[in-house]
Amino acid sequence: MSIVADSPATGIPSGTWSIDPVWSVLEFEIKKLGLVTLKGRVPGFSGTIQGGETPSISGAVDVTTITTFDETRDGHVQAPDFFDADRYPELRFESAAVESRGDELVVDGELTIKNVTKPLVLKGTYVGTGVDPYGNDRIGIELTGTVDRTDFGLEWNAPLPGGGFLLPNEVVLKANLAAVKSA
Amino acid sequence: MKVLAISGSLRAGSYNTALARAASELAPDGIEIEVYDGLGLIPHYDEDLDQENVETPAPVAELRRRIDEADALLIVTPEYNGSTTGVLKNAIDWVSARHRGSWLRNKTVAIAGATTGEYGAIWAQQDLRRILGIAGARVAAGDFPLPRAYEAFDESGALASPLVAERLRIHLAALVHEAAPLTVTA
Repeated sequence: MSIVADSPATGIPSGTWSIDPVWSVLEFEIKKLGLVTLKGRVPGFSGTIQGGETPSISGAVDVTTITTFDETRDGHVQAPDFFDADRYPELRFESAAVESRGDELVVDGELTIKNVTKPLVLKGTYVGTGVDPYGNDRIGIELTGTVDRTDFGLEWNAPLPGGGFLLPNEVVLKANLAAVKSA
Repeated sequence: MKVLAISGSLRAGSYNTALARAASELAPDGIEIEVYDGLGLIPHYDEDLDQENVETPAPVAELRRRIDEADALLIVTPEYNGSTTGVLKNAIDWVSARHRGSWLRNKTVAIAGATTGEYGAIWAQQDLRRILGIAGARVAAGDFPLPRAYEAFDESGALASPLVAERLRIHLAALVHEAAPLTVTA
């Protein structure tokens, strides 16, 4: 298969694309009590997508903006029991490889939370390109991955009366990324 | 480093208050431990009194100020009915109500407990750790159980056993180590 600069294997067009946090959605899901999927959102983040023949995706998240839409719970989520936002105000993702496998976009990279770096594989789709009402070129990428929160020292839990624990270790991450061409 | 020690007991001859005082006496160089003695003045927590437009009860304002001024806390708890004391929990509630922010958020805390029994308030310390964590504190690893407290102190109020005293010094050193990265020294 030949790779042409303007239509590389992943489909992500050449150039540098700046992730727009206002148009993008970064969220996480955790199945509380094994019954209910609770969602959190992260409005504060920035990142860059590099298109072309050697695509990459990287970004940084302002941990202090993480919200689960409940002030009391958010206080605990930001606290040392979980993210310890005061000491570790940023988490980062850096891709090592971005490639297409069939219809799927696979992003192999490393996630750093609380100074602990672990591999993370995100899978999803490169959705395509479009021109927004302001005349900017945009791309859309939607990705999902799963992390074990205890790998990063987010170990808080509460035992249940019937055995087991309130929170699972698995947390699903979802990134719907809209990026604007910046170079 | 300034540490505020809070004893969860109001009793004049409290072993826990004695433990807090003993800690202040043997604190390593560079740590100044003040023992808070206003716990008995804190009113019952009432969210109606904990509002922007209501004057904060003076003892509560004082406790909040002293927690703010401290680099870290040492909280010493008796064990009543297998947990920490009501007066201590009440004070924690005053300094951690979410709608007013938490004075305990990111505050490094060491916990300890004395009992006349054999276990040194380990259940109380487990509960205290959980409560403080949810209130947003950074609770330093390790409990400090002081069992058989009636024989733990000498006439001067110091810990009678050099071994126990050393264990307490190590416990305080761990607190300092945990709190240090957030403390700016002049």
